[in-house]
Parts: sequence; structure tokens; C-alpha cells
Amino acid sequence: MSGHSTYQPQHPFMKWMERRLPIAGLVYSSFIAYPTPRNLNYWWTFGGILTVMLAAQIITGVVLAMHYTPHVDFAFNSIEGIMRDVNYGRLLRYLHSNGASMFFIAVYVHIARGMYYGSYKEPREVLWILGVIIYLLMMATGFMGYVLPWGQMSYWGAVVITNLFSAFPGVGEAIVTWLWGGFAVGNPTLNRFFSLHYLLPFVIAGVVVLHVWALHVVGQNNPTGVEPKTDKDTVAFTPYATVKDAFFLICFFLLYGWFVFYIPNYLGHADNYIPANPAVTPAHIVPEWYYLPFYAILRAIPDKLMGVLALGGSILILAFLPWLDTSKVRSARYRPLYRQFFWIFIATVVGLGYLGSKPPEGGYVIAARILTIYYFAHFLIVLPLLGLFEKTKPLPNSISESVLKDGEPIGASAPAKG
Amino acid sequence: MTSSTAAEPNRRDFLYIATGAVGAVGAAAVAWPLISQMNPDASTIAAGAPIEVDLTPIADGQVIKVFWRGKPIFINHRTAKQIKEAQDVNLALLPDPQPDSERVKKGHEQWQVLIAICTHLGCIPLAHQGEYDGYFCPCHGSVYDTSGRIRQGPAPLNLALPPYEFLSDTKIKIG
Repeated sequence: MSGHSTYQPQHPFMKWMERRLPIAGLVYSSFIAYPTPRNLNYWWTFGGILTVMLAAQIITGVVLAMHYTPHVDFAFNSIEGIMRDVNYGRLLRYLHSNGASMFFIAVYVHIARGMYYGSYKEPREVLWILGVIIYLLMMATGFMGYVLPWGQMSYWGAVVITNLFSAFPGVGEAIVTWLWGGFAVGNPTLNRFFSLHYLLPFVIAGVVVLHVWALHVVGQNNPTGVEPKTDKDTVAFTPYATVKDAFFLICFFLLYGWFVFYIPNYLGHADNYIPANPAVTPAHIVPEWYYLPFYAILRAIPDKLMGVLALGGSILILAFLPWLDTSKVRSARYRPLYRQFFWIFIATVVGLGYLGSKPPEGGYVIAARILTIYYFAHFLIVLPLLGLFEKTKPLPNSISESVLKDGEPIGASAPAKG
Repeated sequence: MTSSTAAEPNRRDFLYIATGAVGAVGAAAVAWPLISQMNPDASTIAAGAPIEVDLTPIADGQVIKVFWRGKPIFINHRTAKQIKEAQDVNLALLPDPQPDSERVKKGHEQWQVLIAICTHLGCIPLAHQGEYDGYFCPCHGSVYDTSGRIRQGPAPLNLALPPYEFLSDTKIKIG
């Protein structure tokens, strides 16, 4: 996409620099002059929020690593030391642990927005798949981070998740032993998880760069799903998008702050304040809330290997979404049926999350099976068929036509007279 | 240099390909140590030496838990009723059919030695629980009988048996 203007350095030093490393020009064309659709709503601010959350997690994480000891005999106590002895340690740890939850809240909103407005469709398939890769990396990072405090949930979560790999026939046991570095989850496991938990956020940052690069090649989608056609359809990234992003980021951080300062353990489990004990399994193992829908899918299937494959498939199927959705129309605004199925899908995922937190017995298992079937049916049956049979509403000719009437914003109050 | 497109491979082509081959072998040779270092190290393997367990203090019907290689092991001193129940099961109904006689040492039917790790996802089952008075895994609801065989739930296999032998009637060596 062409920018509204090109970067013309004025200062002699900037001119000198631009001929050697055009970084100022890159920033200018990517984040200042970059044309952004004029009709973006607040759902489009979550990409920026996610970038800030990644930075926040890296900063608090690097600081926490200065006080943490990755050894089975010291890990739990070093966390307690951070909580009680380190200056502001309690705050930093709560920022990091609740930051992970806020990161996932933001990523789920971001994914749902992409699904609602069809942001994965041609030509944004690679952009979408890079997002799925980031999400997978986030899940791995979050899982390994949760193991580090070496409480009961840490330990048994690590046991259950690493044992998923034992489902593969023949090589499963060898893979699990290799992951553990021993015959059970132990000190080598904790050590390598710490190493990888420190590494993966930087891998995520690298894929985020690719994600933003791909975004800036194809341009942002928008609530109409109609591509910008003229300069009237776009506004400059700065100040319009930067201010909107910053405004909503601060609103989002109020929620983050509320968790950190008022209910810092609300999303955690009391059992994780008991040191890891390899001899006793807690009566009720649950993962962190952001994995619960997938955990419910795993437990819904009575066969071990099939359960593991369904768990993996439920995430990987997202990568195929651009081809499973056969509709030519992007935005759910103009897809009356898809809009209803979208909310049914959201309800299904929330329902699976609820069931994932419940013990695997009786009616909970039956309900989880029904929702698991529907989860996959949404991707494999509903979306392909909707594209063929749905009667969509007429699309606006342009973005500006959808938001302007006679050159004035729709809904803007007329200036008071008299 | 003259730009000649020789139909026959010349000495330079050979050197290029040979150098590339050395590079590929080198990359593979470096990859292996990077993967292998994650397997159990020498001290972990050494710490996995066999252990001996004295059975005399274990009362009739009692289940004790010992650790070998970081894995919990159940030693169940089964009652006559439990042994009979384990032997009388219709094998055709089992997900992983195995007679009780293959899961104990001959002449020591009262001693059931099991790796106490649920074959589903690795939780430790609870002893004396579940429908068959055997073991019940609280994580995902697998039920095992007194022989440690899977009867209900998502676990695919019977509880595994550790390698062990009777040194005397009251002492076993695990490992």
C-alpha cells in the first residue's frame, strides 16, 4: 500500500543517517504515515495491546529471573523469597503471572475479532498463520512458566502435559524420557523449562516482527471487509491509530491493574502454594484458565491417542481457517447466518472452558463430547457450507461510503444552531 | 577468469560438491549432541540403581508406596478375596486383556508390585478406590482392578510392572 507521504529528512544528521541505515524512514512509513482504514473500531486495538503485553512480560520476566533459582530444592522457596523479601518482588511477580492471563485475554479477543471480520481471508492467509504460530508459542511459553514455581499444580501439570507425548505408539516413551531428561519429571526438566521459558518470548518477538511485516504488506482488514480504494478510505496511522490504541491500552491496563492489586490470585490455584510432591497427585488437576477449552476436548475423548490428536487438531485447525471458510464476503456484518454461528462458536468455546474446569465425570463428560463435536463441526461443516448457501447482504462500495453521508460522518450530531 | 560451460564436470565442480558434503555431515554431527544432551545424564542413570524392599511390615490388605527412578511403586499385600476376584475376571471384557497370573510372580500371588503411574497421563492413582477395590485415578477417572488392569476410563493400558525379583519370601529387589 502506498503511504500518504514519503519520508523527507530535514536535519543534516538525519539525511546522513538515512543514506546509511534508513531506520527512521522505516518507522515513519510503518507507524506514522502508514494508511489505516478510517473505520477501525476498538476491536482493532488489541494488536497493539498484545505487543505491549509481550514487552511487559519480557521486562518483568527478566527481572524475576534475577531472583529465581531453577532447582527442585530451591525453586519454590526462591519464589516465596521474591514474594516476601525482594523489593517490590510481590508486585513484579503478580504483574508477570497476571500479565500472562491478560496476554491470553487479549489474544483471544484478537483471534475472535479476526474470525468475526474474516481477517484471515485472501490475501491475509500468511498473516493469519503467523498469528496461529505466535499463539502456539504463547501456549508453550505459558505452560513452561507455570511449571517454574514448582508447586503441586506446576509439577502435576508438567507430568500430565509431557505425558501427552507418550500417546504416540512406539516412540512415545522415548520422547517423554527425552523431554524429562530423566525417568520422571525432575530437576533436569525444571532446568530446561526455565531455559526455554526465557528463550521463547524472544522467538515470539521474532514472529511478531514477521506478523507485522505481513500485515503491512497486505494492509489491515476493517469492519466492512472492503479493501480501501482511495485516500478517502484511510487515515494516517499517527495520530489516529496511535491515539486510539493508546487510549484503549490504558483502559485495558485498568483491568490488568485491578487483577494485580485486588485479586492477584483469582486466576491461580491454591494448590500451587503447596511445594511439589511427586508422591501425591492433587485430587483435581486443572490447567491455567486459558487452556481449559482444549483440556476439555482432551478429556472428552475416551481414547488416549485420539484425545491427544483432537487436542492438537483443535488448535491446528485454526491454521486452515482461510480455506475452510468458503465465503467470498469477509465481514460478519454482511453475513447474517455466519454472524449467528460465530456467536454459537464463541459460546461453545466458553462452554468447553467451563467443562474443562469441572471433574471428568457424568454429565460433564457428555456435555464436553457434544461441544467437542460441535467445535470441529463449526470448522469442517458449518463454515464450508455457509459459504455455499448463505445469502449475504450487499457490500458498501467503499469504506468511506459506509461511514460517511454527504461527506459527513454518519451519526455525528449536527452543530447546534442559534 | 574465462566463463566456460564445461559439459564434463571439472575439478572445481568436484571441490565444490565435496566441500558441501563435508558441511552437511558436519551440521548433522553437531545436531546429534544438541539433541542427545537432553536425554537422562550419567548421574540420573546411576541414581536409578535397583532398590531392595523388606515386605515383612506390610500388613494383609495394605498398600505401600516406594520410589524407584523417581517413579512411585505400589506394593499391595493382597487379601485372599482380592486375589480371587483378580483371577476370576472374564478376560474378554478387559480393554487390555492379561490374566492375573502374568502380573504377579508365581507362588507370590499375594504380592502385587506395580508402577503407580496412570497409563493415561501420568497421575498417581489412589489405592483401595474405585469400583473394583483396586486403584482410581483422580485426574481423568481411570479405574483399575486389584491386579492393576484398566477397567474403565481413558487410560489405554494396564498399570505397568517394574522389573523385580524375590530375593527371599519377605524381600524383593526392584530394578
